[in-house]
Amino acid sequence: MAYKIISSQCTSCSACEPECPNVAISEKDGTFVISAKKCSECIGYFDEPQCVAVCPVENTCVIDTSYPRYQAA
Amino acid sequence: MQNQTQSNNSGGQEIKPPEQIMQEIAEHKGCGTSSEGGKASCGSSGGPEDMSPEVWEKVKNHPCYSEEAHHHYARMHVAVAPACNIQCNYCNRKYDCANESRPGVVSEKLTPEQASKKVLAVASTIPQMTVLGIAGPGDPLANPEKTFKTFELIYNAAPDIKLCLSTNGLALPDHIDTIKSFNVDHVTITINMVDPEVGQHIYPWIFWNHKRVTGIEASKILHERQMLGLEMLTAAGVLCKVNSVMIPGINDKHLVEVNRAVKSRGAFLHNIMPLISAPEHGTVFGLNGQRGPSAQELKALQDSCEGEMNMMRHCRQCRADAVGLLGEDRSSEFSTEKVMEMDIQYDAEGRKAYQQQVELERQATVAAKEAEMADLVEEFSDVKILIAVATKGHGRVNEHFGHAQEFQIYELSTEGSKFVGHRRVDLYCQGGFGEEDTLPTVIRAINDCVAVFVAKIGGCPKDSLKAAGIDPVDKYAHEFIDQSTVRYFKEYLGKVKSGEIAHVARGDADIRQGAYIAA
Repeated sequence: MAYKIISSQCTSCSACEPECPNVAISEKDGTFVISAKKCSECIGYFDEPQCVAVCPVENTCVIDTSYPRYQAA
Repeated sequence: MQNQTQSNNSGGQEIKPPEQIMQEIAEHKGCGTSSEGGKASCGSSGGPEDMSPEVWEKVKNHPCYSEEAHHHYARMHVAVAPACNIQCNYCNRKYDCANESRPGVVSEKLTPEQASKKVLAVASTIPQMTVLGIAGPGDPLANPEKTFKTFELIYNAAPDIKLCLSTNGLALPDHIDTIKSFNVDHVTITINMVDPEVGQHIYPWIFWNHKRVTGIEASKILHERQMLGLEMLTAAGVLCKVNSVMIPGINDKHLVEVNRAVKSRGAFLHNIMPLISAPEHGTVFGLNGQRGPSAQELKALQDSCEGEMNMMRHCRQCRADAVGLLGEDRSSEFSTEKVMEMDIQYDAEGRKAYQQQVELERQATVAAKEAEMADLVEEFSDVKILIAVATKGHGRVNEHFGHAQEFQIYELSTEGSKFVGHRRVDLYCQGGFGEEDTLPTVIRAINDCVAVFVAKIGGCPKDSLKAAGIDPVDKYAHEFIDQSTVRYFKEYLGKVKSGEIAHVARGDADIRQGAYIAA
């Protein structure tokens, strides 16, 4: 699995972008998106996913269940 | 654009020779207030009496740091810093309305390059624009690259523009050297508590060392960083203003302690602002029914802190992309689209010449007040009254009653005329308040005033004001505010003494919270 951003909730504040250890977050069409391929759920980097921790709107950075769970190498 | 040269000489005031004016400036203290009981209310404290020449040089053209300057000089904010590292219960990042006027709200965010171009465009159009601030809409120091890139571009293109920033303080200690390197000599820290027990009711969380920290721990860290940042700024010789949001029942009494704590660490000016918490803003405080203070509660708290240090009372709690004099917002003239089309010639010499004119006008304002005060110094009376003034700047009574979007409030006593605040009377933008009858709202906003000074007023509102016990006064149209309020007060005292009128205390007044409509 990876994290995804619910675009209707995103305020486009950009706080998540520099916090992502995988550089998986970028701006697209006015809001921010997470590249599921790059997202590691911050496993191996931090105790909690950084985008979730810094996002000012609750339930905006959420688990994308359509992706398989990330496995640390 | 107002006609500068014309307004210099209107109002029947002669411009005096510069030597005489300089002498009077040197003699004048406070913002023209003789604040015997403590510091002046204005923040500028205008004078050499209690301020070093270096500090005076820094604040004299800064509308946010000097009450007197705010009548004459304009500021602008550029919204390059959208990210934030803390959550406050009075802020909701989801909400955005172009007609809103309060911190944290912007129409569009800018890149540093767009921001720099916008600053030059505004500086060329509004020559009295002397200050560029970065105040969000998030925290400038949570976006250090964007913030400092913007400063660098402006510092190189327009070195005469003063740079300042406003922060919650969490990241401040990490950036003191960079702040110094761009000559940023004004920093505002928002400090709402010096006790984490109080802070936990204001800040639900902070983002710190890659973790979301909640509860008392969050406020403890924030408090320590704020105090450290303030001490470091003071040590570095950067002028520091502290903003505090007054939240009745949560930190209202506590702000007296905050005042002492920040003063002892070298803060120059304290700005206590009323909480804005309309339900439609969707903030935690808005939704849980937390009320803001009344005008009287706010003034009482500001008065009680005044003996300790300079208090700012002219803050308009403006948007993070505001442009113009405080109390006006010309940001819609400078949208990115419009700015990109502009052919900008940055005329540093022209700006300087214009600002010299402004300085002459400002000195004339001070001189006129001093002259009016001359025969009041012998008088002693306990009588204090508030007067509301409709003005669009230049220190004059020059706005029509019906056009006023705010009234400036002056307190008159035998010590003189003192600016003590302002009341917004503009309309709500949404939420069904549009049908609200304007006149009763205006009267509620200035209900604690004895008189309202206007350039012009219709017969109908005149009668309603009189019925509410507020004297509508248009005989000082286009005259200096300070001078005419003192003159009115002398007449008032005379009438009270002769028994023609009885001096009675007025009631409280509302602080409006709604949207700002520029049109």
